[in-house]
Amino acid sequence: MPTLTVNGTTHEVDAEPDTPLLWVLREQLGLTGTKYGCGIAACGACTVQIEGQPARSCQIQLQDIAEGEEITTIEGLSPDRSHPIQQAWIELDVPQCGYCQSGQIMAAAALLRDIPEPTDEDIRSSMGNLCRCGTYNRIRAGIKRASELT
Amino acid sequence: MTEQFTLSRRGFLASAAATTGGLAIGFPLGAGAQQLAGLAEPEMNAWVVVQPDNTVIVRVAKIEMGQGTLTGLVQLVAEELDADWETVSWSYPSPGENVARERVWGSFGTFGSQGIRTSQEMVRQGGAAARAMLMQAAANRWNVDVAELSVERGVITGPGGETLTYGDVAEDAAKLDVPESVTLKDPSEWTIAGQSLLRLDTAGKTDGSLVYSIDFAVDGMVNAAIRQTPVQGGTVASFDASTVEDMPGVMRVIQVDESTVAVVADTWWRANKAVEALEIEWDLPEEAASFGTEELEAMLNDGLDADETFVGNETGDAAQALQDAAQVVEATYSYPWQHHVTMEPMNAMALVTDDSCTVWTSTQNAESDLAAASEASGLEIAQCDIHRMHLGGGFGRRGASSTDYTTLAVKIAMEMKGTPVKVIWSREEDMTHGTYHPVTKARLRGGLDAEGNLTGMHMRISGQSIFAGLMPYALEDGMDPLVFQGLQPEGEEGRLGYTVPNLLIDHAMRNPPLRPGFWRGVNNNQNSFYLESFIDELALAADRDPLEFRRSMMQDHPKHLAVLNKVAEGIGWEEGPPEGRAYGLCQHMGYGSYVAAAAEVSVENDAVKIHRIVAATDPGHIVNPQQVEAQIEGSFAMGLSASMLSEITVEDGRVQEQNFDTYPIMTMWEMPDVQMHLVPSGGFWGGVGEPTIFVATPAVLNAVARLTGKRVRELPLYRSGLRLA
Repeated sequence: MPTLTVNGTTHEVDAEPDTPLLWVLREQLGLTGTKYGCGIAACGACTVQIEGQPARSCQIQLQDIAEGEEITTIEGLSPDRSHPIQQAWIELDVPQCGYCQSGQIMAAAALLRDIPEPTDEDIRSSMGNLCRCGTYNRIRAGIKRASELT
Repeated sequence: MTEQFTLSRRGFLASAAATTGGLAIGFPLGAGAQQLAGLAEPEMNAWVVVQPDNTVIVRVAKIEMGQGTLTGLVQLVAEELDADWETVSWSYPSPGENVARERVWGSFGTFGSQGIRTSQEMVRQGGAAARAMLMQAAANRWNVDVAELSVERGVITGPGGETLTYGDVAEDAAKLDVPESVTLKDPSEWTIAGQSLLRLDTAGKTDGSLVYSIDFAVDGMVNAAIRQTPVQGGTVASFDASTVEDMPGVMRVIQVDESTVAVVADTWWRANKAVEALEIEWDLPEEAASFGTEELEAMLNDGLDADETFVGNETGDAAQALQDAAQVVEATYSYPWQHHVTMEPMNAMALVTDDSCTVWTSTQNAESDLAAASEASGLEIAQCDIHRMHLGGGFGRRGASSTDYTTLAVKIAMEMKGTPVKVIWSREEDMTHGTYHPVTKARLRGGLDAEGNLTGMHMRISGQSIFAGLMPYALEDGMDPLVFQGLQPEGEEGRLGYTVPNLLIDHAMRNPPLRPGFWRGVNNNQNSFYLESFIDELALAADRDPLEFRRSMMQDHPKHLAVLNKVAEGIGWEEGPPEGRAYGLCQHMGYGSYVAAAAEVSVENDAVKIHRIVAATDPGHIVNPQQVEAQIEGSFAMGLSASMLSEITVEDGRVQEQNFDTYPIMTMWEMPDVQMHLVPSGGFWGGVGEPTIFVATPAVLNAVARLTGKRVRELPLYRSGLRLA
């Protein structure tokens, strides 16, 4: 049975090799913070980090993941909502419906690690996740606030 | 301050009441003797529970889908209660409980930007009555007159400086009679309401812990994926279940009803893989199956020239005025179908037994789902209930008369009694079986006199009626009055902001075979686009400044004018735009609020760059300013997505756009800066979730026309050879 290392824990997974990581996380591991939005890597609601890099888990199959690769989901970003992105999100009330925000936060956390002090332009060009509620300006402000908190 | 989800809400409420003996009161006054269905404890009522540990639980009848209504309603209750905001929590009663208590919570329907404005009075009364009872209980304890007490943040102070908390007196207060009348605070006295408090429901959205119904899971549940007819009115002809029955995890292949097939499996991924592999033959109605863009165009054009119409607004003699005019301006516009694309696709979990039907779902109107569950299961209303969950977006799709996701879940669960079945629509299924923003065209003709004054105007709307397609019982002698949103001569909900001496606004109803629905802003979206674009076209023809031209027709519409003036000032209309840029204006009234926008744009190589939009809104009263701002920004993103980027098209009766790759919506890249002016003038209660959505598009396109001379009359933008930068 294939194994997956998610948020520091290794799991044996009962799923076909072509099962998308998204559905393994949600249905096999019960990690439902990672959302299904489109299934074609267009919306970003399913964004997780693999070895620290943002990845759209609906288009990554179980068989594509090497043994021991570290997968981080929203549940594993911090133990207590203490990641600067989470702190800033709460401070600025970024989410509206919130459904896309797990993906937004995972993408933003990766951006902030690569570019600790991102400009508006950095944020606009790297945050491609969709938000139907239209929270984009608060996401941008949230990333800048998180940069100050870091 | 978040809600702990419990499988049985009744159990949760029962335990809360039984273990704490706390205070639960509410309105209408006199309803105190009613018992909460299924509860061992008698309850006095509905809105406020005060527990001995000083926790205040506010019951919320409306649903939260991102718009902030939940926090706003709790603020209003806590304000009248003089509660300590830090101790305030909330819970959702279920529609079954509402029915059992003779609808003590009123309507659960959360749409039409009504969440706060239609329930603010009764929830404030609930808070005020609770306060009065708690104060009286403290007065009784101290044996003093209640007038000698004061209260701050849930702590009551007596004449000698002694104190009691609300929790200390909750049990005593629960035994008192509910006061027959209460006095509500004047908004000028507010310290909790009216403030930019943080939302009560944010934390769980930052760590993945908030459970939407798509996430909800119970032991023993199974998952279903569905396939519905690709053409409206089609039916299942045949399918061979044996081709997928051996696929991993597959448990059942079910024909759910005449137009739907479902595969049930242990996981949704496996169910969906199987339903995608299943070949289904359909019987399709010939006319609908041959309907496409060409047929739609012919249908709408026919309506533009029709003799028989419904009249929404008529003053004087528009035809005569046009005949007598020194100059006649004419333009035809169109607005395409749109899809809601809530980020959370349609879904519901249902559990049916011989004598019960329970549904967990994200819905804007759980009472409609309750009725749907009863109808689909054949069980009595009292045997059914709906557990309400936060929505991953609603925008009207999960609304009044579109509970198809609940109906299907119940029908599938009927086939597997005793097993909870979660049905998730794939994005493709969701997008091709929506309730679409209606499609219309409009032809406007305006007559100007020699001085450039508008003397007469005829606005002909041709196209789809939401009422006709979704709820025909709401039609009035065949007419859909909702078609004229924002164009009516009078009314508190929305009315035209201009005085035109001779005016005719009429509708030729033309209903193509694609189910329409309520889409954030509804008919205001196209009505504002049509009218406010045309006003600018008239100003141009009259060689008048668009602001001055508007003002000249708005003397009798001071609130409309005030927000227009506010955005004109905010954008710097008098000073004029920087080199290479232009400004555009728009004002409109809807959902009881007055809204306006001014946009600053530039255009380079046919790419439209929106540098900023200045917005002004007057909703009368504002409960949480920072959440109103969130609604303004968010509605601009959604409104501009529709006009600049997205459209639903139909060919051979089939919706062509199936996912975000062909139905693009605005991203961070295109999102403009938004400067917001909240200008509540008091004395009325308007909505905020929708109104500003319909002013961004005309403001932007009026600026584009002023800059380039290119008038965008067909949406989305690419139809005019432009794109969004």
